Amino acid sequence: MKRIGIDVGGTNTDATLLDGHKVLTSVKTFTTADVTTGVRAALSALIKQAGDAARDVSAVMIGTTHFTNAVVERRNLGRAAAIRISLPASASLVPFCDWPKDLAAKVNGGVYLVEGGHEYDGRPLVPMDERAVAEAARQIARDGIEAVAISATFSPLTAECEERAFEIVKNEAPDVHVTMSATLGRIGLLERENVALMNASLIGLARDTTRAFVDAVADCGLGAQLFITQNDGTVVREDAAREYPVFSFASGPTNSMRGAALLAGIENAMVCDVGGTTADIGCLVNSFPREANNVVDVGGVRTLFRMPDLLSIALGGGTKINRAPLTVGRESVGYRLGQEALVFGGNQITATDIAVAAGLLDIGDKSLVTHLPADFVKAALAEMHERVAEAVDRMKTDAAEIPLLAAGGGAMLIPETMPGISKVVHVEHNGVANAVGAAMAQISGETDKIYRDMERDEAIAAARADAVEAAVGAGAARETIKVIEVEDLPLAYLPGRAIRTRVRVVGDAAALQPPVPA
Amino acid sequence: MTTLSQRAPSQTCRMLTAADIEALAIGAWILGTGGGGDPYHKLLNMRILYEAGREVTLIDPMTLDDDAVVGVLSNMGAPLVGQERLADPEFALKPVRMMEEYMGRKFDAIMSLEIGGGNGVHPMLVAALTGYPVVDADTMGRAYPEAQMTSVAVAGLRCYPLTMADIRDNDVIIPRAASWRWMERISRKACTEIGSVAATCKAPRTGAEIKAHGVLYSVSNAIALGHKVREARTAHTDPIEAVLSAAKGKLMFRGKVVDVERRATEGFLRGQAVVEGLGDHVGREMVVHFQNEFSVAYLDGDPVVMTPDLICLLDTVSGEGIGTDVLRFGQRVSVLALPAPDVFLSEKGIAAVGPRAFGFDLDFTSVFEETRP
Repeated sequence: MKRIGIDVGGTNTDATLLDGHKVLTSVKTFTTADVTTGVRAALSALIKQAGDAARDVSAVMIGTTHFTNAVVERRNLGRAAAIRISLPASASLVPFCDWPKDLAAKVNGGVYLVEGGHEYDGRPLVPMDERAVAEAARQIARDGIEAVAISATFSPLTAECEERAFEIVKNEAPDVHVTMSATLGRIGLLERENVALMNASLIGLARDTTRAFVDAVADCGLGAQLFITQNDGTVVREDAAREYPVFSFASGPTNSMRGAALLAGIENAMVCDVGGTTADIGCLVNSFPREANNVVDVGGVRTLFRMPDLLSIALGGGTKINRAPLTVGRESVGYRLGQEALVFGGNQITATDIAVAAGLLDIGDKSLVTHLPADFVKAALAEMHERVAEAVDRMKTDAAEIPLLAAGGGAMLIPETMPGISKVVHVEHNGVANAVGAAMAQISGETDKIYRDMERDEAIAAARADAVEAAVGAGAARETIKVIEVEDLPLAYLPGRAIRTRVRVVGDAAALQPPVPA
Repeated sequence: MTTLSQRAPSQTCRMLTAADIEALAIGAWILGTGGGGDPYHKLLNMRILYEAGREVTLIDPMTLDDDAVVGVLSNMGAPLVGQERLADPEFALKPVRMMEEYMGRKFDAIMSLEIGGGNGVHPMLVAALTGYPVVDADTMGRAYPEAQMTSVAVAGLRCYPLTMADIRDNDVIIPRAASWRWMERISRKACTEIGSVAATCKAPRTGAEIKAHGVLYSVSNAIALGHKVREARTAHTDPIEAVLSAAKGKLMFRGKVVDVERRATEGFLRGQAVVEGLGDHVGREMVVHFQNEFSVAYLDGDPVVMTPDLICLLDTVSGEGIGTDVLRFGQRVSVLALPAPDVFLSEKGIAAVGPRAFGFDLDFTSVFEETRP
């Protein structure tokens, strides 16, 4: 079964054609300001290169770091208003209160606290102030804010308040997009609200981006089903991705790590993926990314949802280097690398230019960097190496030496020796590891139900069976299915013994044919 | 032996800096032994208050007049609820004002019931609002789930009155209770009824009582512990090592959480976590029980560390405390034992907070026994 994996990074768009686990061919192109052009270019180049081999492709899987980059770089974010249903509780810590000030200033489209919410046992805290929700919705519409995040106390237990508020907002302001926090997160009001606000601020970008993907895939005439990869290494159809861009937040690094593992045939290793804008360092355990404990920091905002445990540092092929005094900047030229880097005739010294001058990379016009003094090149490279080594060290948990897989287009910025690393493995096709990982993304199945009058073990077993069936129904091969998440919450307020149980499983795609109807 | 509670301070009175408050939050969370609630929301409130120019003064308990009247403050309830109903200084202040009205006089100072968890920071919110000095002491040296589990209860001091405030207009005063256990039962019922979270002001204490029976210097010790962890993080050294050396603790186990069972009953979060060994502990399993706080840990079926020794589960990488309410499958944790305040090692102390007080039919043995004189 053939699949195309595409990775749309901040700088490069890579595409690869896989038959089973075998990489048939791959291409690397620049990301363009309008995503469609870049994806279309990558797809048509790949198809041309593959020839007849590309004829019976059944699925195209796209992963993108677009959404994370938007938050990290504070670009392309929409304004989002917050309606929080929690008063009289939680009044001193308002939505956005723990966001970095610059990000809050860009995103905050108004904060509305209203009375309502629930107790831990399912009783209402106080009756919800529906009129206040309606007034907030009208004000949000008058302000021209396009998206709102609704949160309510204990909504993961009962989403009643958020759902009622959703109806009211839709009624008062039909054009405003609504994200309900209960659909995104767990217990933890502030963090769940943060995720919902982030989702709301990305809705416009998600709409444009997924539309671009759909158009590009349609244009290439493959007739393949389009999937978007998610944080946990699984795929969803594009309509689901459009509503929940935060679920695709960390898909780039996840894909890269899984792709590198597959290409190198190593299942336990540190992985360092250097892209154009950031370097992501993670740890592979049995070819899955190690997951983050507790709170995950995204662009300085505390969030609470399942993500690979990654340390992102601002270092990539597009990183701006200042000459005098020598500083390795936090900013990247991003997708404009092809115009702005010295080797491409631009005026900005970038990490790529340093790598070319040091003879680590052969790209663009070498003669355009010969004027850079050797000691400057050496010092800049040393500083970048140090940054990588320090980050790798921070992410390592075991004292034992383990291999490090070097992946991504900027892998030449990774030093060859580092403390605690047995060897640095440069992965074959490493520049397209993300795309390979995307193509290998798995199918998931999930249940989130209340099981009554069962012991906890029975309830979990029942939920697991339901989740496995859901995954098989979505195209996963039964024998490959693994449980990746089990969560249960006893519901003390319901009669009898009731447990809300959530189980999530993943499995390899058995066959995506026939394509799942859209 | 020297416990955290017995180090003399260098100053009698000092203004806490914003960095001290940050360190206090880290130290208190570690000493919370999984309970007392994550101090994060209280820390956020403190950042906002400090940005607005408010400050907190910490005073040496030994400088208190014998007849000084000190408010003993805490937030009560299940930590899980605190994740959804966020701390608010105005509500923390409410039971303090209720108590002052009931007594017919103002407090001279305030202090924390328990240094562990959010309650270690709790009085700071009230102090920042009112200007009341905070006494460098508490009554637990850690966190415990019940009213009779304090140094002042072990000493047999009076358990009443108690004031309790709800976020709605529900005020509760318990003017008298027959014993600390009755106070616990009655106040717990009221707390559960109003949503398993309430701001309280416990029985006020005199300066003489605090000097004789408080767990002294626990605030500055928590701050020092937090500063050590912060320094370790900045220097990229092992924060677990920093905690072990600063608090004279022992590393009991290192592993990954593979199962968590929890149930919310009677205003408590009860349950257990199963940790599968990693590194030196591969192939072994630790089960850690909790009732809001970690109470007893079993290694391959044998009880190896139990209350009143402190059982702390810390994130192996960051050294951050992990609460019983946010324990999750997949977390990599280090299980540490820290020595208990001496007051709990007496016969009365063990009766109040030993394993039997948490329903475990075990005789208390300390992992620090062999190191005691």
